[in-house]
Amino acid sequence: MANEPKKPLLEITGLTRRFGGLTAVNGLSLTVGEGELVSVIGPNGAGKTTLFNLISGLDAPDAGTVTFEERDVTGFTAERLASFGLARSFQHGRVFGNLSVLDNVLVGAHTRLRAVKPRIPVVGPLVELALALIRPPSVRAEEERLRAEAKEIIALFGERLTPRLDKPAHSLSYANRRRVEIARALALHPRLLLLDEPTAGMNPTETAEMLEIIRSLKARGLTILLIEHKLDLVMQLSDRVVVMDHGARIAEGLPAAVASDPAVIEAYLGHKAVGAANQDSANQDGGRDAEGDASRILVAH
Amino acid sequence: MTDALLRLDRVNSFYGPVQVHFDLSLEVPRGQIVCLLGGNASGKSTSMKVILGLLKPRSGEVVFDGQPLTGLTTPQIVRRGIGSVPESRRLFGTMTVRENVLMGAYTRSDAHAVAEDYERILDLFPKLRERHAQQAGTLSGGEQQMVAMARALMGRPRLIVMDEPTMGLSPLHVDRVLEMIQTINRQGVSVFMVEQNASLALQIAHRGYVLQTGRIVLSGAAAALARDPQIRDAYLGGAQAA
Amino acid sequence: MGAGYGQGFELTPEGPIIVFPTTLGPWLDYTINGLVIGNIYALLAVGLALIFGVSHLINFAHGSVYMVGAYIGWLCVTKLNLPLPVTFVTVAAGCGLLGAVIERVGLRPLRNAPRIAPLLATIGLSVVLDQSAQLLFSPDPRALPTQLPTWRIAIGGGSIGALDLLIAGVGIGSAGLLYGFLRFTKLGWAVRATALDRDAAQQCGVDVDKVNRTVFAIASALGGVSGLLVGMYYNTIDPNMGFQAGLKGIVAQLIGGVGNVPGAIAGSLLLGLIESYGIALFGTSYRNLFAFVALILILVLRPNGLFAQARRLPPEPLTGTFIAPSRPLVLPKWAVWGLAALALALPLAVQQPYLLQTLGNAWLYALLALSLTLVAGTVGQVSLGHAGLLAIGAYASSLLALDAGVPVLLAVPLAGLVAAALGTALVYPAFRLRGHYVSIATLAVGEIVTLVILNWESLTRGPIGVTGIPPLSVAGKPLVSGQWVYWVPLAVLLAFAALQSRLLNSHLGRTLRAIREDDVAARSYGVDLNRYKGLAFAVAGFIAGVGGALMAHFYSYINHETFPAPVSMLALTMVILGGLGNVAGAVLGAAVLVGLPELFRAAAEYRMLIYGVVLLLLIRFRPQGLLGTV
Repeated sequence: MANEPKKPLLEITGLTRRFGGLTAVNGLSLTVGEGELVSVIGPNGAGKTTLFNLISGLDAPDAGTVTFEERDVTGFTAERLASFGLARSFQHGRVFGNLSVLDNVLVGAHTRLRAVKPRIPVVGPLVELALALIRPPSVRAEEERLRAEAKEIIALFGERLTPRLDKPAHSLSYANRRRVEIARALALHPRLLLLDEPTAGMNPTETAEMLEIIRSLKARGLTILLIEHKLDLVMQLSDRVVVMDHGARIAEGLPAAVASDPAVIEAYLGHKAVGAANQDSANQDGGRDAEGDASRILVAH
Repeated sequence: MTDALLRLDRVNSFYGPVQVHFDLSLEVPRGQIVCLLGGNASGKSTSMKVILGLLKPRSGEVVFDGQPLTGLTTPQIVRRGIGSVPESRRLFGTMTVRENVLMGAYTRSDAHAVAEDYERILDLFPKLRERHAQQAGTLSGGEQQMVAMARALMGRPRLIVMDEPTMGLSPLHVDRVLEMIQTINRQGVSVFMVEQNASLALQIAHRGYVLQTGRIVLSGAAAALARDPQIRDAYLGGAQAA
Repeated sequence: MGAGYGQGFELTPEGPIIVFPTTLGPWLDYTINGLVIGNIYALLAVGLALIFGVSHLINFAHGSVYMVGAYIGWLCVTKLNLPLPVTFVTVAAGCGLLGAVIERVGLRPLRNAPRIAPLLATIGLSVVLDQSAQLLFSPDPRALPTQLPTWRIAIGGGSIGALDLLIAGVGIGSAGLLYGFLRFTKLGWAVRATALDRDAAQQCGVDVDKVNRTVFAIASALGGVSGLLVGMYYNTIDPNMGFQAGLKGIVAQLIGGVGNVPGAIAGSLLLGLIESYGIALFGTSYRNLFAFVALILILVLRPNGLFAQARRLPPEPLTGTFIAPSRPLVLPKWAVWGLAALALALPLAVQQPYLLQTLGNAWLYALLALSLTLVAGTVGQVSLGHAGLLAIGAYASSLLALDAGVPVLLAVPLAGLVAAALGTALVYPAFRLRGHYVSIATLAVGEIVTLVILNWESLTRGPIGVTGIPPLSVAGKPLVSGQWVYWVPLAVLLAFAALQSRLLNSHLGRTLRAIREDDVAARSYGVDLNRYKGLAFAVAGFIAGVGGALMAHFYSYINHETFPAPVSMLALTMVILGGLGNVAGAVLGAAVLVGLPELFRAAAEYRMLIYGVVLLLLIRFRPQGLLGTV
């Protein structure tokens, strides 16, 4: 890869997860450098979401390691990884439906609570309870600060969310719920942001808005690992693209290179090499067209 | 085309707030294999759910053999003559192969004819004869696909709908499954298959439709479709750019 | 309320098994007895497993069907003088019909409701059935003569009677019939197919509603026969016999792995043997303790049951709290203060002691509701054993005052702390469970508390109970007059309500609610589930503990049946009525359910029936309660 070498923030080696007879992730390795935006693409069932679950600690791998900021975090719980600065969104959007938009974002800042949540062993929870009830000035100040900041984050989404601060999340449109999810992730002040199909279910206008938001996050230096099906968005945003199929990495590289990789086109469109008899002209044409086509996509942007 | 066995007419369907299909219309002519192609999240599997009555569209209708299926439950739709080969087979894992296949004849009461059909289907899938007492969950992917097809055939359907029949199969099994679909079709059963694998599906289909984020963006005879460069746009998500 | 709920079917010393004083003989008898009881459990557990298989529901009404079976049998035997085989057929048919009705009326309308809704509905149904039986047949036990010959066959040092053989025969016969049905009939195949993959079964043309109805009918027929056999075995039946039996069936099923029919049979026999041997070693009053301790152990160590294959994915997550989206009614501040002032001033205007006492009692129950609404509403952990916290508080305060000489005024808050600590520690193993399992585990914890109180005689005075508990007093002046009985609970309630509201307004409020809404997402944002569930249970334990302590000092006498399981169900009805998680709603729910029936003098015997009906109607028509969920 032609990119200048960057300090790896996330390093995954030989990651494997089996469910019964199915190997969802199969010996996968990948790195994400500081400030990089890496996209993971691949057909349905390629194991992308399982990969995210393994990285974010919701699932434990059968083999392989996950290293985050040079610390081996394989098998760490999700709550611990969150406290290290790892935030994620979910494929179908998992907002807290009965919480207001503001409260959703404030839960995102949970790991940053200090004044109300002193690091005291054993009696820590009881101190936290007492502080929450008594609310000394330090606690009130912290809460005010986080609220103000949460509103700023929400304002990133323009007039989409701000007028709905106090509305319960279940009353929002689908696209707005996805925005709340990303706002919640930002409130964690993530070192690494995992976005699982942030534009799923969005129309073209909403998708374009989300693209701009991700682009601005990237411009601010945030490191992002992205799963996305809308490949034009991937092509525009990514520094590197990793292609998964059947749980394994089948290609990796610059967006342009990946888009014209025959293996990738095959993974998406079908295995052409099945039976020599099927090598008809249509398929051969297809191969050529695919390359031309992919470059056309890139030229278009 | 008045001789369509199955027709979807301007179907709009939703998962909660998310619209999956936008005025989806398509036809399966009698005796043909029709494939619905599309990339991830294009809504192609959901169209199976709509046909089978597992998801009620908000507007539009599904017409089978001239009769609208609106308001019918899944079992009622199956009784009308639609057999289903669901995504990832969905066999009854701890039931035997025989039990699985015969479950396909659940709606039939002609025990004698069922027994005859069962024999005929075993002739069609000789491998299943050896395995008839084995638990279905212990079979290989290709064998499971055979059980799923045999199960669907046991209901004597006029139409079989299949959701990604080649997904997760090794190339050898993929070929066999395609051959089986053609065999079934030659016996007079129409086939509607949903596939991601466009090149494979178009090899055996008569007609194809390409779905992209819930809209049909391309359709036509399979051979013509296979040569159409636009199909790659639809898959690689370039339609907005194109 | 609910006298007799603590007793299931006890193995009384004068029971039908004669123990011979040989070395091996008693153990053979215990084994036979264990297997016989195990057979009875199996008839219940198999039905529960079938129901879970097709509808993913743990049916709490199953015990009531068992009770109904016993009563139908009693009618057949004593009123109609029917021959035994006809009695069996009538019981099976009657209960089968009842099962089909339960499925149709109680559960099918809730098909698309959150997962916990049908479970709560079965609880409501069970209360309605038990109370109806009590009204129809009186709460007193009835004799159910066996009509069987009384001979016994001596084997080894033990003996087997005709009834033992009948029970074994019915058990094995039912298992055989069930096997045949599932294995060789078309409908049986449909049942198995539906259990394995509901969607795929539908795509084969299976009418899953019909399958559900069939399964409920079969399960209920088996359950009813089980009740009949137990009635004959102990020659006694009563309207509350189903509660413990239903729980035992659930325990047996969980031991075998939910939804696993052969596992349910094995689990039942195992449970029967454990109980029988346990009684031999420790004594009769421990009987139920073994089952519930076994349940907690299984839930914590092997939630998939003893026979689950290694590294299988856990069964259906069974998530989904019972929080209906709603816009809660927010009372303006002046209204809250106004209502509080009005309530405080009430004794100045109204002097009827009976009215004040009733309302004082309602405020005490409101403390329980406050506690439960925090756990079940705010954190979404639907606890079914909340009365256990009252019991802990009541006993702690009474014994501190009586045996340790602690002043009552100090004993009450100390009791709150004890309930907080003990309650949290007891429920702690269940923190990693979700959905239905939390409800079952808390139910078991509640039962364990009652049973420990019953059996730890040196501390709790066992079945005699604690008498002469000193009243609450300030500066030597006992607060026992009519007004104080009202004012003290109200003042404590207002204080706790204010504290709980403040808590819900803090970062803890949103954190706890986030756990309820989506515990996976909450974890992904650094929320340590154990820490916050622990905090919630501790606060809830403190509030309920203080409530229980106050009750003890007002009642002056308590025993292990002062806080029976139905109190937990009543508390749940209160908080659902008020709106889950809603502080004002909890108070309102308690006032309505405890205060109103008393004030209208609605005949006391109808009260529980009313609660059951209210619970059913709420789940069906107004899950958000009166004031809305928060």
